[in-house]
Amino acid sequence: MPTFLLLTALTAVRILSRNRLRTGLTMLGIVIGVGAVIAMVSIGEGAKAAVAERVASMGTNVILILPGAVTTGGVRGGQGGVVTLTTTDAVELKKRVPLLRETGWARRDVMQIVHGNKNWNGTVNGISPGYLTIRGWSFTGGGPFTQQDLDTAARVAVLGQTAVDNLFEPGEEPVGAIIRINHVPFRVIGTLAPKGQSAQGMDQDDVIFIPFSTAERKVFGTYFLGSVGALFASTERPEDLAPAVGQIREVLRQRHRLQPDQDDDFFIRTQVDIGKVHEDTSETLTVMLFSIASVSLLVGGIGIMNILLVSVTERTKEIGVRMAVGATRRHILIQFLVEAMTLSVFGGCLGILVGILGARATTVVAGWPTIISPETVVAAFVFSVAIGLFFGLYPANKAAWMNPIDALRYE
Amino acid sequence: MAALISCEDLWKIYRLGDVEVQALRGVDLLIKEGEFVAIMGASGSGKSTLMNILGCLDRPTKGCYRLQGVDVGGLRADQLAEIRNRRIGFVFQNFNLIPRTSALENVQLPLFYRGLPLRQQRALAAEALARVGLQGRENHYPSQLSGGQQQRVAIARALVASPSLLLADEPTGNLDTQSSLEIMAILDRLNKEQRITIVLVTHETDIAAYAEREVVMKDGRILTDRKTPSGASALPVEA
Repeated sequence: MPTFLLLTALTAVRILSRNRLRTGLTMLGIVIGVGAVIAMVSIGEGAKAAVAERVASMGTNVILILPGAVTTGGVRGGQGGVVTLTTTDAVELKKRVPLLRETGWARRDVMQIVHGNKNWNGTVNGISPGYLTIRGWSFTGGGPFTQQDLDTAARVAVLGQTAVDNLFEPGEEPVGAIIRINHVPFRVIGTLAPKGQSAQGMDQDDVIFIPFSTAERKVFGTYFLGSVGALFASTERPEDLAPAVGQIREVLRQRHRLQPDQDDDFFIRTQVDIGKVHEDTSETLTVMLFSIASVSLLVGGIGIMNILLVSVTERTKEIGVRMAVGATRRHILIQFLVEAMTLSVFGGCLGILVGILGARATTVVAGWPTIISPETVVAAFVFSVAIGLFFGLYPANKAAWMNPIDALRYE
Repeated sequence: MAALISCEDLWKIYRLGDVEVQALRGVDLLIKEGEFVAIMGASGSGKSTLMNILGCLDRPTKGCYRLQGVDVGGLRADQLAEIRNRRIGFVFQNFNLIPRTSALENVQLPLFYRGLPLRQQRALAAEALARVGLQGRENHYPSQLSGGQQQRVAIARALVASPSLLLADEPTGNLDTQSSLEIMAILDRLNKEQRITIVLVTHETDIAAYAEREVVMKDGRILTDRKTPSGASALPVEA
């Protein structure tokens, strides 16, 4: 049997190379199909990886708590309509939810910032000490606030890369410089490593951090002390996120004196939730692209079937001769299946090449990230073998079940 | 000598739409090993149908065909294929070589389906080609060979598997006189020297004369079955 298979494969290659144009055109369908699948999947994977990277840039195992709608006497306010979260909430959470490694808070506002003859309209964040750790910011120069800075509401600032780029000349050292936020002078004590876009597509580096106490007392002003824009928390392990969210909800509902029939006046979202939304989006994209590519693979397969049916008819007499000298139905079946698979495997390999080149070209031309995983390549190869098998089966069966006499007499 | 072929009351009935065609109507035939039999008859007499059944390419509608004592009627398709592969060699009127495939590979074909190692296939095929006088033509394609040479390749293909029965269906029908004589000389030699049983279908009397027995068919029945005037095969013919 191994001899038979080997020789059959060699014969198939020879027969197919006799009619190069026909073989080439038949394979083209598979080449385009497999190429499209590879390119599409690698674009999809690239998008997914980019999203995952952005989600990861939020920090590790982050829980985000935002102020929610408040219903007063049947009138429902919108999200963020009323300040419902305070620094005390964060302190209490840290105390009462042991799963939390760290809690922090932030309030932000967009303000005009001036340095020398440059000015910039940037997002100013008043933050608690834990915030930078939770969000996983790292420093390129200088360092974070100290507890003393917070206690004394010191006028110190940490700048994101975009803020640095817009406020300072290239090569100018920001650390130690004095900038003015809303006319209040601040000393720059640190600069942050860039994070790029957030999962929502916002520039995360367009940011200036100042101590929360300073923001509250000297820059933003406040309705009542301790009101924050958002609370942040993080857990040690990803699997702690879900139970921690439950416990946070318990504590906050209790602290906010919500009746069981009242809605939460806050929203809790975890990094996993945020990542999931975007993963779902890119998943949908991948599935869509993959379906389109699959259709072209299907068309390629039908092309193989079509050419094989023609070939079987053309070679009816040959089939008869082969049967007369002792070929069994299985021999004939295998012969045509091998031919179909030779077409689809060669086409598939070319398609993989085309797909990889296509993905590269997409990255170069459109600037989209693409990832060609070995799994995709292997799957595409296996798929093309399967297509040859599937679409070869009908013509091969047709050949195998010919009546030897009719086949021999066929003109 | 033992009976190689034994047919009892063979019937073959085709249905073409509403018309029933009785191609064979009760044929009894006994062929011993080593015989050289010519089957003659007008077209439509049933000789090709009989040939197909003898070659295990077709099954009788009714009746019993035994090849070397085995009732072929009860065998499966793949068993029939194996019998064709090992015991029967075919030579056709139109040669039926596989186009664009070398003479050697055409001859290898039965061995290929038998699953022999490639080296052995090649050696046996080359030897068979040599036996029909075609050494040196192994790599020629059928289109590069004359009719007579093509038929000799076909004979080599029929011989290579060392069959006990050689079925020749009008082997000289498409050949000129000289080539016909050559082909018949080869068949005669195979029969005489290697005791291969040959059943030959022809409608040419001078070709039939090579056989030692002549069966004439008419309307699906055997009309006459007689020994030929011996000595015909001894005609001085140089291959």
